[in-house]
Amino acid sequence: MEILIFAETDGEGNLKKDAYEIASYASEISLENGGSVNALCFNATNAESLSDYGVNKIINCKNEELKNFDPSNYSKCISEVFNNKECNLLVLSSSSNSKYIGGILSVLTDASYVTNVISKLTNGEKMTVVRNTFTNKAFETVEIIKNKIILAISKNSYGLKEKPVKSEISEINFNISESKNKVKSIDRATNKVTIADADIVVSGGRGLKGPENWHLVENLAEVLGGATACSKPVSDLGWRPHSEHVGQTGKPVSSNLYIAIGISGAIQHLAGVNSSKVKVVINTDPEAPFFKAADYGIVGDAFEVVPKLIDKLKEFKAVND
Amino acid sequence: MKILVCISHVPDTTSKINFCENNSKFDKSGVQFVINPNDEFGLTRAIWFKEKNNATIDVINVGLQDTESTLRKALAIGADKAVRINHEPKDGFSVAKFISDYISENNYDLIIAGRESIDYNGGMVPGMISALTKINFIDKCIALNISGNSVEAAREIEGGKENISTQLPLIIGGQKGLVEESDLRIPNMRGIMMARKKELVVVETSDDPSATHSKSFEKPQPKGEVTLVSSNDIEKLIDLLHNEAKAL
Ligand SMILES: Cc1cc2nc3c(=O)[nH]c(=O)nc-3n(C[C@H](O)[C@H](O)[C@H](O)COP(=O)(O)OP(=O)(O)OC[C@H]3O[C@@H](n4cnc5c(N)ncnc54)[C@H](O)[C@@H]3O)c2cc1C
Repeated sequence: MEILIFAETDGEGNLKKDAYEIASYASEISLENGGSVNALCFNATNAESLSDYGVNKIINCKNEELKNFDPSNYSKCISEVFNNKECNLLVLSSSSNSKYIGGILSVLTDASYVTNVISKLTNGEKMTVVRNTFTNKAFETVEIIKNKIILAISKNSYGLKEKPVKSEISEINFNISESKNKVKSIDRATNKVTIADADIVVSGGRGLKGPENWHLVENLAEVLGGATACSKPVSDLGWRPHSEHVGQTGKPVSSNLYIAIGISGAIQHLAGVNSSKVKVVINTDPEAPFFKAADYGIVGDAFEVVPKLIDKLKEFKAVND
Repeated sequence: MKILVCISHVPDTTSKINFCENNSKFDKSGVQFVINPNDEFGLTRAIWFKEKNNATIDVINVGLQDTESTLRKALAIGADKAVRINHEPKDGFSVAKFISDYISENNYDLIIAGRESIDYNGGMVPGMISALTKINFIDKCIALNISGNSVEAAREIEGGKENISTQLPLIIGGQKGLVEESDLRIPNMRGIMMARKKELVVVETSDDPSATHSKSFEKPQPKGEVTLVSSNDIEKLIDLLHNEAKAL
């Protein structure tokens, strides 16, 4: 089975962690099904590092015009490589950009497309794969109908598996066309870990009483090197930006550690954060539903507990980092 | 301006998720259905264009007759006409294909879909429609302003937003931000009465263009008990997170 992965870079040309995770996934599939793993990246500065995760052929497109993500040209280039190399499987991450073009690519390559994938492909009478559905309230086994397949892998579901191989590195260029979407400006909070990329997410709810108390969430996130998030009412009240709203109707969180402070744990909130590996809750109300979903909990007042936690973590970090 | 809003008919967010027919199908018994929240933000933005720019709004759903209550709700809050493609949707591609066929026969300037439906979470329909109809696409759209054919939009990206200018025709994958929570409309009596008189067209189909087949469902194992730590013993929590959970 010939496999292609789309290995994404950040704004500076560094490959993202997601890229290594999908490389690990693809390399495992190729081990079982034969064929090689190809990776396509755009303007990557460290493309060769993919060889640590089992990528056999690394194709780096160096073109300044493709420095920023451009959905129409990126999908054209990826489908061109996929078709030219006669690939059967395209592996994507679940980043915003990959999901943006996943549907487009499935039409351009005439492939069966499955998102939120959490298992390997299983060969049976038909190929099947398992995905998260109903906002983490269920798993769905999906049968592939077409000959070609695109899988978007759920973040943190497979992990990084090092497998150094000797890789062939080549460069490629494409005929690109003028993009219909003109990006005029980008507003980005600098130096902040994003919820999508963070291993640790610290989240605050209405229990924190008002935006003036958010230093508790921010300081804790800073000590942990994590991202900040919030419950829906907190963003609806304008205490925090919408981009921090997590849950069923906000962003999904699948971090390693999720810390919920003053969040009751409503079903819609839990649905979106449940796939985080370890969940901690700090809440004054022992009856708060979050205690049923959490791994660790402290029944207590956030205004007393969180400053203590920050101090103790600083001591811990001083010894352990 | 002619707008088409794609409406997914989904279980209310508080629904218990169960499966039937040997775990091969979602169990609809006792479940309340609503307009998919991401679609509702888009529909509300469309109503704003109707009130300010004289746009007309069609809403479309691929589904069986039970989805008509959801389409009627969309009519009651301001859509002009509803279309139901009479087909039990099997996967994202079949939904995208049927909607694209309808778009090709009925030109629209703007097509609004939700970034993702809250039931199957496929997140693929708008992108597929864009590729099938060759209409330009903005995903995770959080702001949309239109004057003549010129579009000023914003897209959510990781850690911020991207401000984009483009032209109609356009398809977007919408979400909160297109309008605020407080802008959402609740159908009033007059709207409900008017909705009964509005046109609801049913389009028949024959083929099934599915690209995947949903075989079975399973629910996650119930979670173990929470480990409670006293608020006077924060070191214990750090120790557990470090040594037991390996999360620090
Ligand atoms: C269609 C729909 C979609 C929704 N989608 C989402 C979603 O995506 N994400 C989301 O989050 N919500 C969502 N909701 C809202 C959800 O139902 C809840 O209303 C919301 O999650 C509650 O937010 P909260 O926990 O911050 O506030 P509350 O429910 O008010 O909880 C505050 C908590 O703080 C605790 N507390 C108070 N004081 C302190 C203190 N000093 N120290 C510690 N704890 C304290 C309280 O005991 C309480 O448990 C949705 C609702 C609907 C209807």
